[in-house]
Amino acid sequence: MNYELRMINLIINLIPLFPLLGFLILGLGFNRIPAKVASVVGPGTVLLSFAGSLIVFFHLLSGHGTGGSGRIVTTLFNWISFSGFTISFSFLMDPLSLLMLLVITGVGFLIHLYSVGYMKGDQGYNRFFAYMNLFVFFMLLLVMGAGYVMMFIGWEGVGLCSYLLIGFWFKNQEFNNAAKKAFIMNRIGDLGFLLGIFLLFTTFGSLNYLDIFGQVKELNPGTGVLTVITLLLFAGAVGKSAQIPLFTWLPDAMAGPTPVSALIHAATMVTAGVYMVARSNILFVLAPATMTVVAVTGLATVLFAASIAIFQNDIKKILAYSTISQLGYMFVALGMGAFTGAMFHLATHAFFKALLFLAAGSVIHALGGEQDIRKMGGLGPSINKTRWVFLIGTIAISGIPPFSGFFSKDEILSHLFNRSSILYIFALAGAIMTSFYMFRLYYLTFHGKFRGTAEQKHHLHESPSVMLLPLFILAGLSIAGGVINLPAFMNGSAWLQSFLAPVFSDALPFLKPPEFEPGPGLEWLLVAISVVCVVCVIPVAYLWYVLSQEEERKEPLWQSFLRKIPANKYYIDELYDTLFVRPVMSLSKGFHEIGEKKIIDRFVDGIGVLVVRTGNTIRYLQTGHVGFYVFMMVAGIIAVLIFNLVI
Amino acid sequence: MNSINASLQFVPISYYLFFCTVLFCIGVTGVLIKRNALLILMSVELMINSINLLLAAFSTYLNDPAGQIFVFFIMVVAAAEVAIGLAIIVVIYRTTHSIDIDILNKLKW
Repeated sequence: MNYELRMINLIINLIPLFPLLGFLILGLGFNRIPAKVASVVGPGTVLLSFAGSLIVFFHLLSGHGTGGSGRIVTTLFNWISFSGFTISFSFLMDPLSLLMLLVITGVGFLIHLYSVGYMKGDQGYNRFFAYMNLFVFFMLLLVMGAGYVMMFIGWEGVGLCSYLLIGFWFKNQEFNNAAKKAFIMNRIGDLGFLLGIFLLFTTFGSLNYLDIFGQVKELNPGTGVLTVITLLLFAGAVGKSAQIPLFTWLPDAMAGPTPVSALIHAATMVTAGVYMVARSNILFVLAPATMTVVAVTGLATVLFAASIAIFQNDIKKILAYSTISQLGYMFVALGMGAFTGAMFHLATHAFFKALLFLAAGSVIHALGGEQDIRKMGGLGPSINKTRWVFLIGTIAISGIPPFSGFFSKDEILSHLFNRSSILYIFALAGAIMTSFYMFRLYYLTFHGKFRGTAEQKHHLHESPSVMLLPLFILAGLSIAGGVINLPAFMNGSAWLQSFLAPVFSDALPFLKPPEFEPGPGLEWLLVAISVVCVVCVIPVAYLWYVLSQEEERKEPLWQSFLRKIPANKYYIDELYDTLFVRPVMSLSKGFHEIGEKKIIDRFVDGIGVLVVRTGNTIRYLQTGHVGFYVFMMVAGIIAVLIFNLVI
Repeated sequence: MNSINASLQFVPISYYLFFCTVLFCIGVTGVLIKRNALLILMSVELMINSINLLLAAFSTYLNDPAGQIFVFFIMVVAAAEVAIGLAIIVVIYRTTHSIDIDILNKLKW
């Protein structure tokens, strides 16, 4: 092994180590470490990881020392080893994991930096950064691992950090409940994921990506076991990425501090499911039934979440539903075989959604904790910088050129059009809804007249520069992020596509060929259609939410009825409450009343009562007469002797 | 030594066995039926000595001096025990002015 390769291996091993060190320092030091040190250590470790990722990225790009395979595998140690089966603690670096690495550490660092300002003065300042660093560590394990076991370690770890950070302000019982809800709903998905891993092991005898993907090509497409495996894996993705039916935890997860929502519940952790499906691309491609399930689930989630988002009033909840909806887009793309499109959207979404969340955090910060957009309005002039970056994020997510969201969403849409025009129409409807609810949010927050209290108006202030700097960088990325994959018909190089090609090359031959190949003219037409549709709803939003005052408008009864259902999230929470939570609760209550109180308690108490009663009865044998004792002793000896004689 | 053994072995071992059993049973009966602490102590001594006799008898019949050495040990221990037993009886007498064991029935349920 030459010197250069050893250096790269060392750097790869260091990447996840930095955040772990940060966690240990901050976690063990706890409150003894001054906040100033914590604000250096917390973001600093993530920055170091980002630097490491960049080095590895450029190294991989230059193609040295990878043996032409475009990937590097480094093994730290053999973790579990018995009878010819080994699980090694090893990292796989290929274009896919590197893309995730750059997003996680890059966006992660910006959000850490923002948190320095946002969490200032909080009692749990150090604890916050300790958890955040731990999260980054687990997320890095998840994407860097060279097998499903490593992925599972990271998968569970990020779930834990998500739980810890949602319930960060643990004195509020509602926040704790939200944390528990997130944890339990994730657990349902995780069970599927774990079963999928077991089945993978019994089928292929290994859990390494490269071993499995090498063997799977020999199986027939559509084999039953592959369908089951992929469905189980997808169940895990549904839980982690908040798709129907396991999405209700994500809006509640907004109870955590805003940077947490930006990092974990928008940019990185929730995209783990997308990453996992993209990583297992060949498994999914060989199971067409699962691909259909993925696409349909994704599309249903797009529409469902978007329609709820239109009627929400909490600034963070709107963004949460928007996240669910955008994740749906990624799954539609995955289900249709557009793996590059999904990863592209994942990256741009990380930029603009992190931007939107952080900007929303800045708004909340300015208003001293207010999250209800009905009590905002007219904030534009007083927090001008926040307003502009928020607008950039809004345009980017709506898919208006030349912002990044346009390119990634358009790639998915055109891919859908080539394969199924019905899916295309639904996805387009989703895009229109996205544009509408985002501009509704923007107008209600920054335009019109202020609807809050006079005291809030007095305290309105722009955030400190440590919070604004990440916002500006993210805004720049949201604007320019599209250049990484300019489509060919716009004379772009489609760089991301060629970069990721080695990862997906094995899977593509198994995909059904598209119904037809559109020429550049049709591509331009599709772009024009989607842009026109998306832009058209902006004036509508302006008309409804700025020019006319909402509360003055009288609605006919049917309309208010129509509004009520999505405004209450289609009563999904209530439905789950009746279907699952309450039966389980009454079942446990039944177990408590009958199993615990009537059987176990009675049995245990009965033993005590028996001993006491027996003691009460036979204590009269203790007469106090020495003669009697001696007599009993002799009688006993004689009894033993007779017993011995008889036996 | 051998000639003494041989002459002692002239008496069959079963005689010693019967004799010691009877002696032991007398001791047990004494312990059971007597109320006088001093007599109980004497009955216990009787039991101990019946065992000592048996040990010595077997020692002779088996030509093994170990049994007789045991007897010496037991006698020493028994002497110490009697001393303590008598001391206790003296103390009991001082507190209750009686050595009747039926009076000592305070330790009960």
